[in-house]
Amino acid sequence: MANLLEIHNVRRSFPRSGGEELLVLDDVNLTLKEGEIVGLLGRSGSGKSTLLRLIAGLARPQGGTLSYMGAPIQGPAQGVAMVFQGFALFPWMTVLENVQLGLEALNLPQAEIRRRALAAIDLIGLDGYESAYPRELSGGMRQRVGFARAVVVHPNILLMDEPFSALDVLTAENLRTDLIDLWTNRKLPIKGILLVTHNIEEAVLMCDRVLLFSSTPARISADIAINLPQPRERTSPQFEDYVDRIYVEMTARRVERMRAQAATASIAMPLHHVSPNQISGLIEALAAPPYDGKADLPDIAYEQELEVDELFPVAEAMQLLRLADVEGGDIKLTHMGKRFADGELNERKEIFSRAIMSNVPLAAHIRKVLDERVSHSAPKSRFLDELEDHMAEDAAEEALKTVVSWARFGELFSYDDDSAMFSLENPT
Amino acid sequence: MKILPPVSIEARRLLPSRWDLLAAALVLGFIVAFADTSRLLTQPLSVISGDHLNLSPWLLPGYALRTGLRMLIAMAVSLAFTFSYATWAAKNPRAGTLLVPLLDILQSVPVLGFLSVTVVWFLSLTPGRIFGAELACVFAIFSNQAWNMAFSFYQSLRTVPEDFTEAGRMLGLSPWARFWRIEAPFATPPLIWNMMVSMAGGWFFVTLSEAISVGETTISLPGIGSYIAVAIAQRDLVAILYAIFAMLVVILIYDQLLFRPLLAWADRFRVGDDDRSEDPPQSWALTMLRRSRLIDWMAAPFDRLMRWSYRWHPPNFGLRGATRELDSRLADILWYLLLCGLGLFCIWRTYAFAHAGLSWADFGLTVWLGCLTMLRVVVLIAIASLVWTPIGVYVGLRPRLTRIVQPVAQFLAAFPNNLLFPLFVSLIVFWKLSPNVWLSPLLVLGPQWYILFNVIAGARTMPKELMDAGDNFGVKGWLWWKRIALPAIFPHYLTGAITASGGAWNASVVAEVANWGSTTLRADGLGAYIAEAATSGDFRHVVLGMAVMAFFVVVVNRLFWQPLYWLAERKYRLS
Repeated sequence: MANLLEIHNVRRSFPRSGGEELLVLDDVNLTLKEGEIVGLLGRSGSGKSTLLRLIAGLARPQGGTLSYMGAPIQGPAQGVAMVFQGFALFPWMTVLENVQLGLEALNLPQAEIRRRALAAIDLIGLDGYESAYPRELSGGMRQRVGFARAVVVHPNILLMDEPFSALDVLTAENLRTDLIDLWTNRKLPIKGILLVTHNIEEAVLMCDRVLLFSSTPARISADIAINLPQPRERTSPQFEDYVDRIYVEMTARRVERMRAQAATASIAMPLHHVSPNQISGLIEALAAPPYDGKADLPDIAYEQELEVDELFPVAEAMQLLRLADVEGGDIKLTHMGKRFADGELNERKEIFSRAIMSNVPLAAHIRKVLDERVSHSAPKSRFLDELEDHMAEDAAEEALKTVVSWARFGELFSYDDDSAMFSLENPT
Repeated sequence: MKILPPVSIEARRLLPSRWDLLAAALVLGFIVAFADTSRLLTQPLSVISGDHLNLSPWLLPGYALRTGLRMLIAMAVSLAFTFSYATWAAKNPRAGTLLVPLLDILQSVPVLGFLSVTVVWFLSLTPGRIFGAELACVFAIFSNQAWNMAFSFYQSLRTVPEDFTEAGRMLGLSPWARFWRIEAPFATPPLIWNMMVSMAGGWFFVTLSEAISVGETTISLPGIGSYIAVAIAQRDLVAILYAIFAMLVVILIYDQLLFRPLLAWADRFRVGDDDRSEDPPQSWALTMLRRSRLIDWMAAPFDRLMRWSYRWHPPNFGLRGATRELDSRLADILWYLLLCGLGLFCIWRTYAFAHAGLSWADFGLTVWLGCLTMLRVVVLIAIASLVWTPIGVYVGLRPRLTRIVQPVAQFLAAFPNNLLFPLFVSLIVFWKLSPNVWLSPLLVLGPQWYILFNVIAGARTMPKELMDAGDNFGVKGWLWWKRIALPAIFPHYLTGAITASGGAWNASVVAEVANWGSTTLRADGLGAYIAEAATSGDFRHVVLGMAVMAFFVVVVNRLFWQPLYWLAERKYRLS
């Protein structure tokens, strides 16, 4: 079958303050064939949405080539339609007007526009809502309008940017199955679909192929074909195997990277903000039966109703603080982690405090500076400047924010936001 | 909906950038150019005397109609300006860096100063005809309302959700179609809100600029403002009451037939939260028009024309490669050189203008008078705050009362309070009170309502849960005000106070000098300085006064209001 889309060695970076470049996509290769649904799976910030915008022609790469039906992509191409995470419906247009908008831009005759718009509305299950305004509709119905608006132009490629993530669980599932039904019954006037998601099960449920994105450096780390017939059963063992496999793929790489980082630990280690409560929560869940200290990541994610995006940062923080070990899709409490789970609040604070001091160089550094100063206080800008020599401004801000929240829980030092000062004193 | 604070407060930056300085130079140069031309034209080009005005109340509807029409024309001109200027500033970053600071300076220049330096020039366009005077009047209203409308539109264009723009591009809409179908609708609700605020100030200036004398040129255009001026000269209190009543009716008609329908119509352009807890604005006029299908019928040809125009795609600028980049660098250099030249030219012209007739003593005097006026503004805004904040909170917490008081407060803000001046002035004359003290309240007569209705709005949006929590813990009395009520309304109060203080500065030009028949009362202040210089046609001192006043306004905004505003936004905004 013909390739709808071919992407070779695409590189995209954003300029940072200080002349550096933040590499968002590095050496990305991808093809989309006719009749395929391809999923781009990765954590937020891994560059998958950036890639989608490059394909949509909304942004340009710094290097590499993108071609659609054999021609290079130079701007939004006719025949590429997009469904947005936040729906992007115009509140001042009715459902019908929203759907017609793309057709009007094609300069079709009025009668044809109306006929096709009504047909699309009918197909997507919006009959009867033609004259409603988007704000009168529920989230699920709004996203249906989003689909109808994309489908009505009969695109060759449908790009979907986390189209279900703004919806509640039931609505999202309902919309997914409807879409897959239409697709497998060949009722959609579309040749190929590219789906961006951070939901592993969603990717396994819908896609023929799943591309895993690793962040920093952002590239495609694995290409997994999902050889299951539609409709797929979430409870079937094969389905679960695929989910497990992807979990392992995704954690293995991250853990490797974390180990590498820990070896060369410096104060400029990037820290992702995770609250101590989330860490305590996950430790408690892990320590309790049926896990008793060790759990399969997909299981505990499901149990805790956490998305990959929410679970991974917590697991990583626990790994960093040596409260847990993440290995091959499993997470296991360490000795310290178990003591934390058993301890009372004060004991927990102490364990946490020691874990930060020995594993987070930035926290140890701030504490040392505060200890050494006569006033036992120091302005935030002092540390921020220091960090920004080695990392981007927003990353430095996030690292400091994380350290503040951890240090507060561990009572390692305190921070006053109004005066932007770190100090050793707690309010008396 | 929120009133936008002036540009310098939104800017987040304390020190002026070179763009601010350039903008100041350009505005000053522009005013100087007008003043210089006007100085050369000091011969009375046309004296349209007020004698033809008759105080018979039967003539008032006709006068009111003319006043209202001037307002409408000025509004149309301001809209045209808004759509072009703001769009240019938002779409072209190169232009935006200059155009936005320009708005800030223009916003700070006292409008009546503008009027006095431009009126002679406008008259000279059509010697001996009334048309020039009409133009000057419309220009005065325009120069009062255009800037904040343009700034609001600019802000909206800059904050169009990225999703919307991307969806538009993906659907293949041309930039022209994107502007009219996505960007302009998105910017409509804040624009209409700002139009209402502008209009409120506009009534003040339309009535003032109808009857004005600059040097030996005296204009008196038929309208409510001139009617009042004649009534003041003849000390006719009854006629003044007639005029006040006529003005009330005009504003009521504008409100019911223009703004209520516009607000109700613009509700559909509201983006975001689907909470319908607040009643959508209603308008009987709009409902009537919608049911009659009159609008549909009238708009159909226009709609067809617009639809047809969307099909036009600009020629594709296909190659956006290296050549373009080089072009743009070259263009950058040319643009900056041009601006530098223009700025230097303006500074030179201003210097020449000032050097020829102004001394350092003049300068010192205006700064001293500026301090006096500032003292007046600060004290009166403080008093108005003390009075209206508790009342506003009281009203805002009682929905039924709010429904009655809020429209009245907005209405009072729109009422041209200069029409009320004679009532006060006649009392001051009667009791022989000190003008330095007793003319001061006139400064906040109009602006005070901004404080009231913003505080009401703030109190109304206070989360019910916070109130309940306060009750639950038995927080009462002063503690309740200090810990709950005042922090919760603080951001709203500030917006009101900032707008009010800007209004008070502007009003000082009118309020610090007042006539009652042949008696003239004056208070020492920069406003009086400008007003007297304008009356005697002394353009150098008018320009000096305006420049110093604009300087005061910008500095107060930057040093006082801006830090407070951002503190409020950061710490007290309940979103």
